Amino acid sequence: MTFDFDWVPQLAQGLVLTVEITAACVALGAALGLLLAVGRVYGRGPIRAVCTTYIHIFRGTPLLVQLAILYFGLPTWGITLSRFTCAVLALGLNSAAYQAEYFRGAIQSVDTGQLAAARALGMSRWRAVGSIVIPQALRLVLPSWSNELILMLKYSSVVFSISLYDLMGVGKRLASRHFRYFEVFLVVALFYLVVVFLISRPLRMLERRIRIPGLGNSAH
Amino acid sequence: METLLCVRDLIKTYGANTVLTGVSFDLARGETKVVIGPSGTGKSTLLRCINRLSAPDSGRVTLDGIEITGHEKSLNRIRTRMGFVFQSFNLFSHLTALGNVRIGPMRVKGMSRAAATELAKEELARVGLSEKADAYPAELSGGQQQRVSIARALAMAPELILFDEPTSALDPELIGEVLDVMISLADDGMTMLVVSHEMGFARSVADEILFMDGGTIVEQAPPEQLFTAPTQPRTAEFLRKITTLYGGDAR
Amino acid sequence: MEALLAVSRQMPMLLRASVLNIELLLALVAIGFVVGTSVALCQVYGGRTVRTISGVYEWVFRSIPALVLLFLFYFGPAQFGLRIAPFLAAGLALGLRSSAYQSQIFRGAIQSIPTGQLAAARALGMSRMRAVITIILPQALRLSLPGWSNEFSAVVKDTTLAYAVGLNEIMRAARVVYDRQYELAMPVLLAVALVFLLLTFAGNFILGGVERRWHIPGTETAGGGPQADRSR
Repeated sequence: MTFDFDWVPQLAQGLVLTVEITAACVALGAALGLLLAVGRVYGRGPIRAVCTTYIHIFRGTPLLVQLAILYFGLPTWGITLSRFTCAVLALGLNSAAYQAEYFRGAIQSVDTGQLAAARALGMSRWRAVGSIVIPQALRLVLPSWSNELILMLKYSSVVFSISLYDLMGVGKRLASRHFRYFEVFLVVALFYLVVVFLISRPLRMLERRIRIPGLGNSAH
Repeated sequence: METLLCVRDLIKTYGANTVLTGVSFDLARGETKVVIGPSGTGKSTLLRCINRLSAPDSGRVTLDGIEITGHEKSLNRIRTRMGFVFQSFNLFSHLTALGNVRIGPMRVKGMSRAAATELAKEELARVGLSEKADAYPAELSGGQQQRVSIARALAMAPELILFDEPTSALDPELIGEVLDVMISLADDGMTMLVVSHEMGFARSVADEILFMDGGTIVEQAPPEQLFTAPTQPRTAEFLRKITTLYGGDAR
Repeated sequence: MEALLAVSRQMPMLLRASVLNIELLLALVAIGFVVGTSVALCQVYGGRTVRTISGVYEWVFRSIPALVLLFLFYFGPAQFGLRIAPFLAAGLALGLRSSAYQSQIFRGAIQSIPTGQLAAARALGMSRMRAVITIILPQALRLSLPGWSNEFSAVVKDTTLAYAVGLNEIMRAARVVYDRQYELAMPVLLAVALVFLLLTFAGNFILGGVERRWHIPGTETAGGGPQADRSR
């Protein structure tokens, strides 16, 4: 077993792209997911239907298919996007559907009595949702959201299939060029393990810091 | 005394169940009226129809001459003039006691943070909870939570406060502190409509008792008259059950 | 549109390829089940070393991306002269990965059984092993059903990743089509998406029925709904 340590900088370079893609797609997923969740919980008929359909479609089809549709399918309709854009868009739209469900769970677990109290003070519906429900939902959603972040980090590996040289892509290139699949991918696996570990710690600490006593439990 | 709240012929059905079968009464400024009656006779529904947390099927509610309709903007404005205290407190879990009391003035009335904080501190002091300003709801006892919720309502400077069984969810030894606050509010001249089982409170504070049964007001009279000489058999029946439950002079 | 016609001509081939996805799904879930329940039992009833090892196993197989595992299991042995069939490699890789998640589910189910029941079984004179086998396991298996069917429907989409190790499943079949006729890319891929939507729908339907049939009355899972998803 020979592993050329010259490969490490290249892999690190790939890792940078992995992190960039993950950050971008999770951000896109969060923004869109929150909108979808609000639309699903508080929206009227057509809005709610659209949000629910979106969520079902993106959760019911594989990420790989979604990515392929954007990268291979869209050009046949005259829309050609860069590889990076395709990757972030596919991963982001996918993540949004899952994040929407986490947000929805969090929103719905905020005690409805509090919404009534906010309305009784004279707050409009949207103000009550924005000032009372959403701040709590954002705190409640953190564990699931951390999970999503780590999951997307791992699933970002699918972008190698559209010739993007993220950690996975670089690994594949190195491995096939030198026919050292075993060593290279052991190191790749190690990279992912370390990154996941490095991200999990701060996230767990964050969860503990923003915890408010009694949040998430219904009134005692 | 001028009439502040005017309720006429409120009817409310839930599915096949008619909960309010036609309720009418007036509430004048400075008056305290207490609604009593068996469970499930629509007392809470009545309060919720007044500030339109539930929409009545028919009937009219007027505050200070202005009719309360479902129209969003005017409804929000009217709600700022009516306080509502819930049975289950419904404090905002993510805010401290101080945060809970000042959010109304800040977000609804547009007060500055500094002014709202000052006001919130005053109201917390009024209900006797100054030292708990930075506590979160989960860190407070039930009685303390309910007092914060009263302070939250007071911070909006309402002309009228609706109380929906404010002490029903409290352990017995915590009821007193909440009733004390309510009594002092009444003494200060606040207009109050209270749904409650606390007969002692009703007797000492209410200007009039409204006895509800079967979705309508069966009898209304000043406490001394209602408790000692009820004119309706149903009233007498209910009062008899209550006194056997609590023994003699109810609390 | 003629594109639709062209695609419908490819449908039989695509559907045949999708059978491989289903077969892979069944294989990997089965492997995941056998290994997962064993790991869970080790975690709950094992000694210190056994628990640490199984803990590490779980963590490793959950934290490494599925694609990396696939490559390791398929190309790795090839490097040492051992040829492994794509199906076997994919089944092992994804199966062991699933076992890490399934062991969590099973472990949670075991731990949700009140400990008093084990004590009662022992009080009757049962040995520890007998108590676990006759009292704990049957309940744990039924309590695992919601989480297990969740895993099942999550993992069906992962089977497409096996294209990367040469398995001729539906994604690879689709690629073959639009590599030759690129203008068919969109319709073919949409057809594949549709196949998965139907699979997901059918799967949920069947699993829902199974869950309802074997549900232990009085045990509503607290973690059935907001459980974080683990697959794409």
